[in-house]
Amino acid sequence: MDFLTLVQVLDSTVRLSTPLLLACLAGLFSERAGIFDIGLEGKMLIAAFFSAAVAALTGNVWLGLLSGIASSLVLAGLHGLASITFRGNQLISGVAINFLAAGITVLIAQDWFQQGGRTPSLIGGGRFAPVELPFAIGASEAEAAGRPLSQLLAEASPLQQVYSELISGHSILVYLSFLAVPLTAWVLFGTRFGLRLRAVGENPAAVDTAGISVVGLRFAAVGICGVLCGIAGAYLATALQAGFVKEMTAGRGFIALAALIFAKWRPWHALSACLLFGLLQALALRFQSINIAGVSVPVQLMEALPYILTVVILAGFVGKAVPPKAGGEPYVKER
Amino acid sequence: MEKMPKWADVVLIPLISLLLAAALSALVILGIGEDPIEAVKTMITGALGSTYGWGYTLYYATNFLFTGLAVSVAYHAGLFNIGGEGQAMLGGLGVALICLFIPWPHWSIALIVAAIAAGLFGAAWAAIPAYLQAKRGSHVVITTIMFNFIAFSVLNYMLVNVLKPQGAMDPATARFPEAIHLPSLHEILLPLGINFSKSAPANVSLLVAIAACFVVWLLIWRTWLGHEIRAFGKSESGARYAGMSPLKITMIAMLISGALCGMMAINNVMGEAERLVLNSTEGAGFIGIAVALMGRNHPFGVFLAALLFGFLYQGGAELALWSSIPRELIVVIQALVILFTGALDNMVRMPLEKLFIAVRKEKA
Repeated sequence: MDFLTLVQVLDSTVRLSTPLLLACLAGLFSERAGIFDIGLEGKMLIAAFFSAAVAALTGNVWLGLLSGIASSLVLAGLHGLASITFRGNQLISGVAINFLAAGITVLIAQDWFQQGGRTPSLIGGGRFAPVELPFAIGASEAEAAGRPLSQLLAEASPLQQVYSELISGHSILVYLSFLAVPLTAWVLFGTRFGLRLRAVGENPAAVDTAGISVVGLRFAAVGICGVLCGIAGAYLATALQAGFVKEMTAGRGFIALAALIFAKWRPWHALSACLLFGLLQALALRFQSINIAGVSVPVQLMEALPYILTVVILAGFVGKAVPPKAGGEPYVKER
Repeated sequence: MEKMPKWADVVLIPLISLLLAAALSALVILGIGEDPIEAVKTMITGALGSTYGWGYTLYYATNFLFTGLAVSVAYHAGLFNIGGEGQAMLGGLGVALICLFIPWPHWSIALIVAAIAAGLFGAAWAAIPAYLQAKRGSHVVITTIMFNFIAFSVLNYMLVNVLKPQGAMDPATARFPEAIHLPSLHEILLPLGINFSKSAPANVSLLVAIAACFVVWLLIWRTWLGHEIRAFGKSESGARYAGMSPLKITMIAMLISGALCGMMAINNVMGEAERLVLNSTEGAGFIGIAVALMGRNHPFGVFLAALLFGFLYQGGAELALWSSIPRELIVVIQALVILFTGALDNMVRMPLEKLFIAVRKEKA
């Protein structure tokens, strides 16, 4: 593997990690507040559809993003209603939300576009364009030189290759998602809101005694989770790919959940976990099988690795993953 | 004092939840510009209007009986087995290995051995999550979700790299030998003078599934083990205090659950496809959740709910064929059933409880 290939694999790692990271941070907010969320997948999926559909109809990707977030928030609200207001089973609610999204996206897509459950391909302003940082070699340089971009990159110096391939040329959402990591860490561990949010996931009765609304805090957390899942879904359909296809989240919501456990519910660790799982996806995408020390690793193992690693972590062989104490428990005020 | 009479809990609440789900589904159909009444008519004719339709309805119902029973057995022990899909995939692998590599003289022997193998494979796939839950406290829901994905990769690897016949393109095994073809309902009912559709896939596994209902009923309500499972599910600390072993009960309940999911493979792999394909389970493991919730975790309720979902699946397929409503409508209905009977149970229950208490006060 030459240097440029390595850079390209890392570049696609960044692209593939982004939706995982956004969904993982979404889950982080929800679960830190004591609301288990296995419906990340469904929220991403419905956001992917509505962002692509609205972007296709209006030609404006920002309107698409907003609709995606709105649709994800509706499902988040449903999850809140079921698990906070009616104190239902949070896991069952998550399962229902995943199915609801899987079904309703195809139904509406078929009704609106008649293309077998997909949206038309997004063009021009309907997609998030790559952001070209200054001095990077991008599409405009290739056009000016009248040569293909890949040729220009192959001739560039290693430093320029890293800068142009890996750092420059991503959509705005990628940079946003990486910024969301320090932001999340700050909100959770540096603000009063974050302290209360974490407290409500560990000991809601204490928060209640302090005169702070448990229900309000948990709804706020579920709402933030909805917004982040919405951005993740919109990124999938309008930046990573050009349009919605059915089941396009393809288990990413569950990989994000795995990453969340892998990171033991901590923001910076979530970043490394998502980059690791993104790298595995990038490798599986690029190579059919990989030779490590003479043993060929089948692509199926690469695909299953995030899940296997998570089970190993859950089993407590590599440190212990302890979820927030009040996670999954509805809060009943003492009477 | 009970807040509600038992019949209200067992019959009324599921019925109201079902009506709510149906009403919302009708709204969805209206929303995409179709006629809900027309849709229901198409579904009924398609699923129940002919022995062909019935054959498919019962075939799907057989799958859902196994997975629904599986979810409910785990549920009685307070465990949520969301890994039915993976356990059923592994069951399929067990069936395929038994059917492909051993020349069986008669289908009946093959069926028994295949059912055992399928159960063992499914149980094995549930064993690790069960052990981790009992010993390490890792949440069984998360581990079984992970095991679903791992199962898919295992199956994918086995089909593509090991079991696929040479030169074949699609990831599937060779066809099973003709000698172990399971009798279809057509062949079973013909001697009785009933001419059941020849091309429908319902087969002798249906009878196995119904027998499984009865066995599960015996197990849960008529044996000491079942008593322990239910006690453990109601109160873990209570069961521990009474000297029951949490490790033993968790393991046994999950192993039975996994085995039931695995046994689904005698229907879809051995009975219908007669070879193992990649997506043979078609989400039946997840539908088991809806079936168990709807059937209130009682084998008879599961039986009725499995029939209902069998009807929905066959009806939905017909609907997709004859109208412009895609098959995914069924996924929406399934989601709404899970939502109302599972997650939003209190939304239906609380007002009803108030109503019953008010009525009782008036009488007193």
